[in-house]
Amino acid sequence: MSKRSIIPGFRLSIGISVFYLSILVLIPLSIIFIKSFELSLAQFWDTIVNPRVLASYRISFVTAFCAAIINTVFGLIVAWVLVRYQFPGKKIIDALVDIPFALPTAVAGIALTALYAKNGWIGSLLEPLGIKVAYSPLGIIVALTFIGIPFVVRTVQPVIEDLEKEMEEAAVMLGAYRLRTLLRVVLPTLYPALLTGFTLAFARGIGEYGSVVFISGNMPLVTEISPLLIMTKLEQYDYAGATAIAAVMLIVSFLLLLLINLLQWSMNRRLTANS
Amino acid sequence: MAGVVRYHATTKKQTREKHIDESLIVRWTLISIAVLFIAIMIILPLAVVMTEALKKGASVYFAAIAHEDAMSALRLTLITAFIAVPLNTVFGVLVAWAISKFKFRGKQLLLTLIDLPFAVSPVIAGLVFVLMFGAQSYLGPWLSEHNIKIIFAVPGIIIATLFITVPFVAREIIPLMQQQGITEEEAAVSLGAKGFQVFWRVTLPNIKWGLLYGIILCNARAMGEFGAVSVVSGHIRGRTNTLPLHIEILYNEYQFSAAFAIASLLMVLAIVTLIVKAIVEWREEVQKVHL
Repeated sequence: MSKRSIIPGFRLSIGISVFYLSILVLIPLSIIFIKSFELSLAQFWDTIVNPRVLASYRISFVTAFCAAIINTVFGLIVAWVLVRYQFPGKKIIDALVDIPFALPTAVAGIALTALYAKNGWIGSLLEPLGIKVAYSPLGIIVALTFIGIPFVVRTVQPVIEDLEKEMEEAAVMLGAYRLRTLLRVVLPTLYPALLTGFTLAFARGIGEYGSVVFISGNMPLVTEISPLLIMTKLEQYDYAGATAIAAVMLIVSFLLLLLINLLQWSMNRRLTANS
Repeated sequence: MAGVVRYHATTKKQTREKHIDESLIVRWTLISIAVLFIAIMIILPLAVVMTEALKKGASVYFAAIAHEDAMSALRLTLITAFIAVPLNTVFGVLVAWAISKFKFRGKQLLLTLIDLPFAVSPVIAGLVFVLMFGAQSYLGPWLSEHNIKIIFAVPGIIIATLFITVPFVAREIIPLMQQQGITEEEAAVSLGAKGFQVFWRVTLPNIKWGLLYGIILCNARAMGEFGAVSVVSGHIRGRTNTLPLHIEILYNEYQFSAAFAIASLLMVLAIVTLIVKAIVEWREEVQKVHL
């Protein structure tokens, strides 16, 4: 610190915070890596390249990616509509966007399963078309889409709100049609926010468990996601296997967290540079 | 930052000139898409919970809720929240105080650390505590020697919930306290206010609504956490079951109406959480107008 602040409580608050985070978060998470190092490289490698494990990674990544893409497209539309237009029920729609944050994942899981099962409200409509959602990879995508809805909407919303009217005016003056203005002028300014929202939804989707286990059917190689495989290994007392799978997932999560932080840092810089 | 994204809907009505607005058709198409998306993805699942819960009539509904296993799950859920929420609230306020009122190196790192539980899969969160306190762990032999059970017992559930809910209060109030700056606190100190008085009399009135929402959100997550708790609980009926785990057991036993009845309780909790959020936002708007 360059100059001592006169506000009290720095050492107390930082001391307790760091201590608390260390014993509750840092030390427990580092256990995963310590335990992974106890495995021999061959052991670690054999666990990771097992076809069932590889399939679970693939399923987790592909479904989380699809769900994040869906959320990026619809999240942008929802955010745009909520900021720019007036319509009846707007406030309720805005409030509902946060439901996936507040609703326990197990509740979401059984509700979506009931909805998309063969005899469910939506499932029975899709059944004649030959589309099977519950107990198929599509079901996982539906669950992860539900879980990820708030991320894109809530990251893009404030950015749309801060857009300068003048920029769009200028585009019109320079002869651009509305669609061209939107695609060439407005959309590019939203890219960082969209990318951040996408990454948040993607990161959340990879780790999600509660909402997926009910709807996926949990068939190895088809609808078995990585977190579920960790669970299965644990139930078989295969701690080494569970740890190895978890270590790989943790590294991916850390990389995504780093990416999110970088994105938000550059977004904030852009925002402060503009104002 | 990752995790809970804070945002307030604007209430001001904007009318835009025609040349920088979309045509009526485009506008209503987009509105329809957005409303339809939210209706299918969010309103329908909520509606399904209620209809499935009441499918076999009110008596089955209330019987499921009044069942002794449900009651013991409710009790454990309340105990867990009762411990996890206050601890993480105190932590959230302390860490927000350090981050928003002082300059120090490593602040960004500290913020990232707070976010870690958001980034980690709930199943991994449970796994780390099994590796730490389970029978195979370093502490395992010592714990069993002293007859302390953490994994497959209530303490494990509480610890896993603590881990999961670490970021909520902190994340909610850090931006608020950063916005407020430090001038008011400095003035209070110069006028002779001491330590805790500064927080209680100056800072808290400014952040109380945000803090309330943080606590409510933290509570919703503490009561609703499934993955992490599922790993450490051992699913012992009537002993280590929280409400979300009880839902899973009922569902897997094909007692769908009962499962949805319990789910409807948690759904009400989620809706109440969002209503509190709406009130908080409304209060903040009012506060802003008065400034």
